[in-house]
Amino acid sequence: MAYGYYPGCSLHSTAKEYSMSLKAVCRKLNIELNEVEDWNCCGATPAHTTKEELGVALAYSNLVNASKQGLDNVLAPCAACYNRLKNASYAASHSPLLEKRMNELTGGKVEHDIKVFNILEFFRDIYGQDNLKTAIQKPLSGFNVACYYGCLLVRPSKVVNFDDPEDPQSMDELVNLLGAHAVEWSCKTECCGGSHAIPETDIVLELGRRIFSSAQSQGAQMIAVACPLCQANLDMRQEQINKKYKTDFKMPVVYITQLLGLALGIPSAELGLNSHFVSTQELAKI
Amino acid sequence: MQLKLDNNVSQFADEIEALSGLNLYDCYQCGKCSAGCPVSQFTQESPTRLIRLIQLNQKETVLNSKTPYLCASCSTCSERCPMEIDVAKVMETVRILASREGVKPAVKEVVNFSGAFLDSVKSNGRLFEFGMTISFNLRNRTPLKDAMLGPVMLQKGKLGLFPQSIKNKEKIKNIFNNSSYFEPKEEKKEH
Repeated sequence: MAYGYYPGCSLHSTAKEYSMSLKAVCRKLNIELNEVEDWNCCGATPAHTTKEELGVALAYSNLVNASKQGLDNVLAPCAACYNRLKNASYAASHSPLLEKRMNELTGGKVEHDIKVFNILEFFRDIYGQDNLKTAIQKPLSGFNVACYYGCLLVRPSKVVNFDDPEDPQSMDELVNLLGAHAVEWSCKTECCGGSHAIPETDIVLELGRRIFSSAQSQGAQMIAVACPLCQANLDMRQEQINKKYKTDFKMPVVYITQLLGLALGIPSAELGLNSHFVSTQELAKI
Repeated sequence: MQLKLDNNVSQFADEIEALSGLNLYDCYQCGKCSAGCPVSQFTQESPTRLIRLIQLNQKETVLNSKTPYLCASCSTCSERCPMEIDVAKVMETVRILASREGVKPAVKEVVNFSGAFLDSVKSNGRLFEFGMTISFNLRNRTPLKDAMLGPVMLQKGKLGLFPQSIKNKEKIKNIFNNSSYFEPKEEKKEH
């Protein structure tokens, strides 16, 4: 099976273990990923909060490239990239005037319908839960996982049209399928502060504190994510949270693809489990 | 806060509608957006209050508010609004309008971050995180901010030391140079 693939900037740097684990999982499952040729940054929050057209055009430009390549679908593992690409596709398909403007700005055209999907959607709807089930070699039994979706996978629901925006289930189902236990908790879709980590760090520390408290109170041993920004904000800043609030969180924040890889019997070194700030030692022992 | 009311109360709300297509008269201040807002505790004006100020034509107060800059664009407000107002887009619209009108940003750090981020994308087509962080720190005059994270990130291979460039940089330059503040709107809605 071959699918279009948009890695986005983070997967080449701060989220390299997301990319490593995704590629290892795909190799194992014989899934071929065709990278969108000469892809550019989707613009993330800085673009659409600075100039409306810039925010759409930077993302749209990648759909133009994908269209030239003849790709019918594009997997965007980063939740922020996924959200921006979906938004560009939605905005252009709902406004002929905007579509014309995007064609002018990018000097190209999206010739056919391109479906953009996120990592959870990919494994649930495209690869299929039944196929996954048969591939599991080492069930992750005994682990309690808080599935953290954050904002951009599920909101705005009108645009992304994926799962329940208040109580999504796709990651929980996947985690349970891998043999672990997805806990019930209240911060599934609470915001981590996103790109405020650098300019407004205090906000991100407070939001992180709330997320960890909720996960811990429900007996979670780790948090599973599908977004590089959520991962960075919770993993890299966990020590700062502990220092500021005198807490003692030691909670690994792992990508869903890392958990998937472990269950498929892939060695932890190939999944980048040593790249985290908070130790993932317990998991690596599987 | 002192409000200066005039007979032209709809002016600012109409301007916002012309730019964004959002009809803010639909808002009846139920407060659901502010109740779910993760950053409202850090701001002076809650989303509900900011919209009310727009309805009351308080343009200066709104353009100088911190709220639109502290908005994390999580869209919880938009998702929950019973009148389907895209509140996150209201925040975005106010921010872009303030920038277009040359109003000094109420939270300069957030604007500096966006500037450093977009400069990086404009020159290479992709974000160069290491360079962007240094550029942000210099703009912000906080040269050592987050410096302790750097060595660990380097050690773990999470920080590229050189930017990645795309081939078609001309396309990116064209997008940056010719993008407008607001998108063209099909037609004005009746209300």
